[in-house]
Amino acid sequence: MPKVHTLFSGTDDYIASEDLQNSVNIAAALGRPLLIKGEPGTGKTMLARSIAKGLNKKLLIWNIKSTTKAKDGLYIYDTVQRLYDSQFGDHDVSDIRHYIKLGKLGEAFISPEQVVLLIDEIDKADIEFPNDLLWELDIMSFDIPETGETITAKHRPIVVITSNAEKELPDAFLRRCIFHYIEFPDEKMMSTIVNVHYPDLEKRLLDEALKAFYWVRSINGLQKKPSTSELLDWVQALTVGGISPEKIAKELPFLGVLLKKDRDFNAVLQRLHSQGTQKRTSAPGFMRNW
Amino acid sequence: MFIKFFYLLRNYGVPVSINEWMTLVEALSRGMAFSSLYGFYTLARSVLVKSETYYDRYDLAFQHYFYGIETPQELTERVMKWLEHALPPLRISPEERKQFQEWDLDELRRQLEERLREQKGEHHGGGNWIGTGGTSRFGHSGYNPAGIRIGGESVNKSAVKVAAERKYRGFRADETIGVRQFEVALRKLRQLSSKEEGPKEELDIDETIRETGDKGGLLQLVWTRGRKNTVKVLLIMDSGGSMMPYMRICSQLFTAMNRASHFKDLRFLYFHNCIYDYIYLDPTCRKSNSIKTKSFLQLFDPEYKVIFVGDASMAPSEMLMVNGAIDWDVMNEEPGIVWMKRIADHFDHCIWLNPIPSYYWDRTIGYYTIALIKEIFPMYELTLEGLEQGIKKLKVKR
Repeated sequence: MPKVHTLFSGTDDYIASEDLQNSVNIAAALGRPLLIKGEPGTGKTMLARSIAKGLNKKLLIWNIKSTTKAKDGLYIYDTVQRLYDSQFGDHDVSDIRHYIKLGKLGEAFISPEQVVLLIDEIDKADIEFPNDLLWELDIMSFDIPETGETITAKHRPIVVITSNAEKELPDAFLRRCIFHYIEFPDEKMMSTIVNVHYPDLEKRLLDEALKAFYWVRSINGLQKKPSTSELLDWVQALTVGGISPEKIAKELPFLGVLLKKDRDFNAVLQRLHSQGTQKRTSAPGFMRNW
Repeated sequence: MFIKFFYLLRNYGVPVSINEWMTLVEALSRGMAFSSLYGFYTLARSVLVKSETYYDRYDLAFQHYFYGIETPQELTERVMKWLEHALPPLRISPEERKQFQEWDLDELRRQLEERLREQKGEHHGGGNWIGTGGTSRFGHSGYNPAGIRIGGESVNKSAVKVAAERKYRGFRADETIGVRQFEVALRKLRQLSSKEEGPKEELDIDETIRETGDKGGLLQLVWTRGRKNTVKVLLIMDSGGSMMPYMRICSQLFTAMNRASHFKDLRFLYFHNCIYDYIYLDPTCRKSNSIKTKSFLQLFDPEYKVIFVGDASMAPSEMLMVNGAIDWDVMNEEPGIVWMKRIADHFDHCIWLNPIPSYYWDRTIGYYTIALIKEIFPMYELTLEGLEQGIKKLKVKR
């Protein structure tokens, strides 16, 4: 069987689980867009960077905003400029091609080599947005009626789409995607991730920080659970602050780095004072409290 | 190939389409399952399942198809004792894996039962008895692709076992839900404020420029409809005693509604079991803080989307009789059901969310009044799935 693709297996600054690697490779081999969902801070956007780096390809990022239209990704016809130019007469406005600017999807299509295209936070846009892109993503080609040109992909780009589940994506769109849900990393995975970012971290500090971190996450009713990026910041704050590992679980220093909402902050502190980060106090301590 | 698995998935409620199935077949023909069951598990999941809310059902179906049974509870307990003193996990090279490829479920169960009969105590390492480490088909921390893991942690992933872990259970849409998930669901009510209604009163700059350009500079204004949210919502909650068990879920919904900033107007109202001449402004349901239901109907125009939350369970007399109200000081000249119908007639969009699971609606204590109310208002479970269905209903006129 001919090997079509170099397989993606994560990069030295991005740890991808086996499942995720499989999904990426499946999507790349089938030429389908890969739809990534997951809690905030699980590295959805980072994944595309990592794929580009790992497979040594150029990365194009199309950031979606609430006002983005599907057509913006294909091309933009700059009518204002053309109108403007026609009034002064110092440009040749008869050639419409001067005013056609390709969008990110268009750029990905005409690129001489295969690229990785990240469509970031697709759910920010209008509900119809994904449907409007169906055709183009399917056959990898589109027309520019203004010039009568057809832009066809030279190489099918590897398309990575991220979503924060703010809006439901249409079924027809989903059917064409490969889907992967990035789980929140478990403690073991997380310590690997932190080590990638801070290789010289003291092991005890990391262990204690992780313990405290997962304890905070386990508290019910937090408005926003701390995520990986907050943990990374926190670990850095702990290191810079020179906090000794014993204090971490006991006092949760710099808690504001982990929790961004007042209510969460107070809830965690209250819990910390009432029962500490241990799930159950050992019998002697419990007796002493009496 | 595996076509039964396709139908099984659909039976389990995973919406798989033929397109997706064909994609899977294509991927399989290219050898992308990497010739292992676990490879197939991840491949099929990423191609067929498009939302984490279906991961759990997928796991169940997978388990059903490729396994058929769960380890019986009594077996587990007995064997768990043998497994308490564990060896470190055994890792296996791909070459070694090959030795274990053939297996048969019935054979496996037979062997397990046999070994349970013969084995007298703990056993660790080795390849036959139930124990930890080693390559026996029974126990944990060892490796056997066709093995039955009993307790312990998954080390060398075997697909059926991964499916059996059911770690995506928390994502199931029909589970009772938390505030955040409610919020996400409520955001769907935003769709209602579509571009289809209302006057065109915003200048569409792009179109204006294009039209003006087309007319050679002669100004052509193009107007479009604004995208303001026009959704107005009334949340009417039962705060009676029978609702006590559902306090938590109701307050979660309440919080989520309160936090949802995208409604044009949002009001909360309360009642006790059934609505009569007065409707209350706070959960204590006192007459001093109430408005007449008549003026309530005048106050809120039919465009308000009404969401009732209540268990709809009460004595039939409370709905059907004059002066049937449960509270002593409340006299009603007309039975509750008349008021309920009046409200349903006034508003274009009403739904009723019931915290009692729909499975029990025809067999719980309040089944009679549940059936009555269900005829008046479309009733849904107070779960994520129910709320989503309800919101869909709120978007179409009856």
